[in-house]
Amino acid sequence: MTEKEAKFLEGAFKRYYFEHFEMLGIPDRITEREFGFQRFDSGMIRHISLKTDRELKLLLMKEVPSDVYCSCACYTFPSMPMKEKDWKEADLIFDIDAKDLNLGCRADHTISVCGKCGRTSAQTGSCSACGSTGLETKSLPCRKCIAASKEQVRRLSDMLVRDFAAEPDAIQVYFSGNEGFHVHVSNSQFQQCGSKERAELVDYIMLNGAIPETFGMRKQKPRRDSFPDFGQWGWQDRFARAVYGSKSNRPKEITRLVQAGYASFPQTIAAVSERMGARIDPNVTVDIHRIFRLPGSLNSKSGLAKMHCTNLDSFDPYVDASFLVTDKVEVRADCPVRFALRKRGFGPYKDETVEVPMYAAAYMICKKLARIP
Amino acid sequence: MLELGQDEMAKYPFMADAGQYLRNLGFQLEQFGSDPDLKGMVDRAFERIRVAAEGQVYGSDIRDGRVSGDAELQREIISFLLAIVLLKLCGIQTLVRRFALAESRRAEKFLERDLTGRASGTKTELATRIIHDLFSIRVKKSDDFFVMRIADYLRRAVHFHERSWKLVNRRVDGGLVFLSPHETVRLIRAELGIYINTKINAARAPPMIPGFEGYVGELHQIAKKFSTGTVTGGEYPPCIKHAIDVLEKGENLPHSGRFMLATFLLARGQSVEQIAPLFKNAPDYNEKITLYQLNHLSGGSGSGTEYNCPSCQKIRMQGLCFAVPECDNIITPLQFGRRKN
Repeated sequence: MTEKEAKFLEGAFKRYYFEHFEMLGIPDRITEREFGFQRFDSGMIRHISLKTDRELKLLLMKEVPSDVYCSCACYTFPSMPMKEKDWKEADLIFDIDAKDLNLGCRADHTISVCGKCGRTSAQTGSCSACGSTGLETKSLPCRKCIAASKEQVRRLSDMLVRDFAAEPDAIQVYFSGNEGFHVHVSNSQFQQCGSKERAELVDYIMLNGAIPETFGMRKQKPRRDSFPDFGQWGWQDRFARAVYGSKSNRPKEITRLVQAGYASFPQTIAAVSERMGARIDPNVTVDIHRIFRLPGSLNSKSGLAKMHCTNLDSFDPYVDASFLVTDKVEVRADCPVRFALRKRGFGPYKDETVEVPMYAAAYMICKKLARIP
Repeated sequence: MLELGQDEMAKYPFMADAGQYLRNLGFQLEQFGSDPDLKGMVDRAFERIRVAAEGQVYGSDIRDGRVSGDAELQREIISFLLAIVLLKLCGIQTLVRRFALAESRRAEKFLERDLTGRASGTKTELATRIIHDLFSIRVKKSDDFFVMRIADYLRRAVHFHERSWKLVNRRVDGGLVFLSPHETVRLIRAELGIYINTKINAARAPPMIPGFEGYVGELHQIAKKFSTGTVTGGEYPPCIKHAIDVLEKGENLPHSGRFMLATFLLARGQSVEQIAPLFKNAPDYNEKITLYQLNHLSGGSGSGTEYNCPSCQKIRMQGLCFAVPECDNIITPLQFGRRKN
């Protein structure tokens, strides 16, 4: 991305923040949060403290950030260096990203862009134009990616409510602005928990570190009635649904498991984890100092906004999270994949000059698939 | 303040106010050093510490949760209180810690029996009240289980390393964890030990009591046995070897892997200049940024923050663990190859 593209995006983003400031999710206890932002041409600036939403607005208009972040934690002194902030508590946060889901469709909409010459390339080894090995992969998530991510969100929410007794109202789901969803839980019993405790929650959610004994299996003479059953608590019920399928199937499946033996039980557990666990990013949940993207702010990887999802099922990010204007813009696009925004199809473009609405131009430029001529 | 009956005081003597108890009985501390009739109590106190130092639990004169008679009750409590005096006089932390641990394990047995309520229902109530008053954990009985909030469980459970303590291997429902009486009490063992340890450390050390010198001298002898020596191995654990290998081949090592590698090598005493070249084959290598980040990790930059090498648990969670038998359940990569004497 050159200065031309950066300036273009800055203009587009600035206009968004000016016209849509009400979209921003001002966090509660704002004076105790740490804010951070990036600009198009510079790195992260952190340790910012704001007193009011007006100060936030001034920050956005003055700096025109490419990305804005806010801490999940509350501090006594948010603007001090990390050691001196005095951490008080933090919301529980989760990040679900389509790129972690190993979906079969990924290859169809992942493009390599050369960091040196900017050309797109099908290969992932070296650039077909200039031979440089500095290739970045860009993904244009498709419907399947979004649907799969939503499924992970549902699994996570179910666990949060049933197993962890989180209040459904306290669980906020957001589209991340690019390839997945963020889930925030506030006012739970876990507010004061540190990293190690949150790591245990992560392992629980992903069914990591489970031992066969938890599901009734023993090295010698496992008891049939110790095996999970439908309607039992948490993972017992999930195991039953994943492995038995139906009540009538239970005896047969238990026999099969017993015969297969203790040593092969971990494979069964792995399969249950895959079918019933939620694929979350452990690094995010465990980091009690994490700054997460501010709801309502724009994601510089796509130009889309991090949007609160009131109805997850019907949420369509390419319609509901696109807010940049429709003014026509001329760009030189090199985008081998077709994509849709606001129910309009764009591409594929083979290194050609095209006139597209600003929101589509921004999308491609953010993905380094277009330039300002 | 929890009102304890006589039986309870003998079971949980650390809840007693030492000075008050002795004063109420009309004793002065100095009497125990000079009066031959009272010497037996000091012998008991010494024995209590000696047994604890060996890693054993002191066998009390308490049968079925009840002390036989008043005299024996007094002996139980006084021997505990005198043990604390002896520990303060000798002032050796390792002995205090071992004593605190042994006393917490002793109290555990009674706590577990009381929780189970085999003797009477009121014992259960007392036990849950002790747990609440000392540790602020609200424990409720639910059939044969004791339930507590997940957050309360995790705060303690993260210090256990066996897999069975992981939340994923527990019965979890409606924001609560279900534990057996044994597990409930085991959970707070460390905290109970810390509670007793803190109480001992907070007590004022009296001046040496004539007649106690011999005991204190012997305690010093016992303490000498507990110094350990460690030998540091030079070999890298498989996670580190893998990380170096990936970078060497020019493949991308994720941020978490680079962080692990850098903090490990820094902890092993390598300098930023020695570590930086390892990253030169990385696909996104930038010399300036690498040096900047390594300097930051080593605490060289403005904030002076020190970064620790991640634990094996974290590394496993990030998919960077390639454990071999030699890893032998270590907690962090830095422990790899170390042998304790």
